[in-house]
Amino acid sequence: MTISLKINGEDRTLDVDPDTPLLWVLRDELRLTGTKFGCGIAQCGACTVLLNGQTRRSCVTPIGAIDGYDVETIEAVEGPEAEAVQAAWVDLNVPQCGYCQSGQVVAATALLREMPKPTDEDIDNAMAGNLCRCATYTRIRKAIRQASDTLEA
Amino acid sequence: MTQLTPTRRGFLTGAAGLVIATQLPLAARAQSAAATGSFTPNAFVRVGTDNTITVIIKHLEMGQGAYTGLASCVAEEMDADWSQVRAENAPADASLYTNAAFGLQGVGGSTGLASSYIQMRQAGAAARGMLVSAAARNWDVPESEITVEKGVVRHDASGNSASFGDLAEAATESAVPVEPPLKNEEEFTLIGQKVERLDSMAKSTGASDFTIDIYRDGMLTVAMRHSPKFGGKVASFNPEPALAIPGVERVEQISSGIAIYGQNTFAALKGREAVEIEWDDRGAETRSSEEMVRVWTEAARKPAAVAEESGDLDTALSEAATTLEAEYVFPFLAHAPLEPLDGVIELRDGEAEIWMGSQLQTVDHGVAAQTLGMDQGNIKLNTTLAGGSFGRRAQPGSEFMAQLAEVGKAAGNGAYKLLWTREDDIHGGYYRPLTVHRLRGGLDADGNIIAWDDTIANQSIIAGSPFEEALMQNGLDATAYEGSTRMPYAWPNHRVSWARMESPVSVLWWRSVGHTHTAYATETFLDELLEAGGKDPVAGRLELIKDAPRDRGVLERVADMAAWSGAGTGDKRYGVALHESFNSYVAMVAEVSNQGGMPHVSKIWCAVDCGYAVNPDVVIAQMEGGIGFGIGTAMFNEITLGEGGRVQQSNYDTYRMLRLNEMPEIEVSILNTGNEPTGVGEPGVPPVAPAIANAWRSLTGSTPRRQPFTVALS
Ligand code: FES
Ligand code: FES
Repeated sequence: MTISLKINGEDRTLDVDPDTPLLWVLRDELRLTGTKFGCGIAQCGACTVLLNGQTRRSCVTPIGAIDGYDVETIEAVEGPEAEAVQAAWVDLNVPQCGYCQSGQVVAATALLREMPKPTDEDIDNAMAGNLCRCATYTRIRKAIRQASDTLEA
Repeated sequence: MTQLTPTRRGFLTGAAGLVIATQLPLAARAQSAAATGSFTPNAFVRVGTDNTITVIIKHLEMGQGAYTGLASCVAEEMDADWSQVRAENAPADASLYTNAAFGLQGVGGSTGLASSYIQMRQAGAAARGMLVSAAARNWDVPESEITVEKGVVRHDASGNSASFGDLAEAATESAVPVEPPLKNEEEFTLIGQKVERLDSMAKSTGASDFTIDIYRDGMLTVAMRHSPKFGGKVASFNPEPALAIPGVERVEQISSGIAIYGQNTFAALKGREAVEIEWDDRGAETRSSEEMVRVWTEAARKPAAVAEESGDLDTALSEAATTLEAEYVFPFLAHAPLEPLDGVIELRDGEAEIWMGSQLQTVDHGVAAQTLGMDQGNIKLNTTLAGGSFGRRAQPGSEFMAQLAEVGKAAGNGAYKLLWTREDDIHGGYYRPLTVHRLRGGLDADGNIIAWDDTIANQSIIAGSPFEEALMQNGLDATAYEGSTRMPYAWPNHRVSWARMESPVSVLWWRSVGHTHTAYATETFLDELLEAGGKDPVAGRLELIKDAPRDRGVLERVADMAAWSGAGTGDKRYGVALHESFNSYVAMVAEVSNQGGMPHVSKIWCAVDCGYAVNPDVVIAQMEGGIGFGIGTAMFNEITLGEGGRVQQSNYDTYRMLRLNEMPEIEVSILNTGNEPTGVGEPGVPPVAPAIANAWRSLTGSTPRRQPFTVALS
């Protein structure tokens, strides 16, 4: 089946099994390997991408169901929020093993685009689905606050 | 500690081209050739004419900060500017990259930095010396008048200056310093300071390549089906339903199960579901874990092999004014690193190249050679970044490498990525051993502890592995009970015994190994004995550690930080725990409330003495991470075997991690005690659960005797 998508600003036409999860299309077909596989059942958030601007678990999103959508991955996530998030991530040395961090950065960017001044509760709600086995959570929280402050400044 | 002797084996000057050709491993040679004019003073440093310094990292980076830690030691002694420093994984080569603590290339037991601290500094100092002599020759001035600061080499009197890059070519002609002097602590500008982690940026932009991100031309992705029971084998299988799926290329039986090869991951995963397999369960573990708990508990109640003792315990117990007794159950645990186990192998007519987050490179390399029937020299093993390990990627028997090599061998020339699913990982064994502790303690009439008896029942991690000969002594595997022996507390009569249990369930070291359970059992039981003796948890411990200054140091510090004044009386209660592991001393205070019958942890204070903190920010990060890891485990995690021996958990839905909203506030304080730097990857885990449990006892009157708390308190 042929599926047309906009991926990181580029129009792509793909000829793949429509049941294929977006995650494996991104990785195996397009070599956009920043998006990770952690669980395959929407439990960890390592595969988080933006679909029409909303966070989605690409591991449970069949490509056939998103014909015509706009996909944004960690490789192309940009704009003032993404920059502020990534700068704070580096400044606070957030990543440990780093495997979850693509998903964390994408989720944090989406949060700040929607709410430039999130409360702790907003951060909890937006980020609780992104697991970090290295438990970098205190720094993730701090980095989101710092990024939010930079955006305001 | 191994000295880095400036022989040709360790120090390879660029001038001696032949030495490089014969001694540098393949990868390093290729890199040197690629970077024309670059300066490779030894196997750990390369200075490019573009002024970059590449530090070759011999240990797996799995999140613990190996890149930053080792590179900062080199950069410090070179007087480099941190912004010019990069990290690169060393190839597997035991002749160059051995861990001084093990005698082979590999990392574990929080030894990564501790074992390399002097060696990496020497490597940097040698490089600096050679750059300085190159400058002295170029400018015709004495070396002693040359200064180096932030990567700039200067001779003030003549007004000359040059970057390392400018001097790289000339430095290859310099003699290798015999004993390059090392700095004093007061001269450090990078060590002991916060530096940006070398891997932060790439990991924040998705640019880092893990094993899963390796793609080779024509590569097939391979999924596995393993026996659902430990010790089960394939009786027969029908590959046809899998082969009927478009994209499934082949199905092969290997010694550990059935391998399904797909053109892409999705095809392999579908094939994995479709293949029909009959299992042979003769020899499999068919007991449930509850049955195992019963057997283990019985063993812990009987005399067992004595690991350590003092005084006359039996008399002391019989004469004690008060005795207490407690039994604890600790479940099997999976490591569950976020990147599932994976590896890539490419076979090319008698040669092989492998990419893997290898934690014990020498062992993995050897097992690959053995399995493939190839000479080790024909196998290039590339260590890739690992998405977590927590011990999982350090298998003494290299079973995962053996599987990867078999997957390649069964299919012949070509490239194959072996990728476990999360379910494979959770079902896959190599667990923290199921463990039972039975403790007995006795107090005299004044409330002093006069008797301490701890019997531990669990499987041996070391027995049956290639490490058995080196590490098992008198039939004792110290990793089974470490932390219950060599305790800092001075009690006159004590005994620690170990009952070795057997099961086909495979077990492995898991972040902090024996300390995962010993710290909990001993620190909660001690707290109860102190309470029975009418003593405060902090003051009571301090009385028992008069002659243990480092234990005292962290306990006093953490009590200060938390403004300790007892367990408290309100909604929020406080618990303390102290535990040394891997020669690092950690004490914690937990602030806990009762939220619907479960502990809610709002704050952890942590004091750590790791001798000397080379990268303080990494030390803090490891404490934070260890605390989160420890809380999630104690609260939620267990691997159980149901009736018949099948694992009942399968993914993060049933084996759940701590989440961001459950992470407490954490305050860490580092004590620099002027001792040798020791590791921090593991020591942050052990004290947190007992600190929480001690606060919980204050809230409810009882200690959870079983982990996880969700099971103990339901
Ligand atoms: S891989 Fe998609 S949520 Fe875990
Ligand atoms: S940094 Fe390792 S899983 Fe998050």
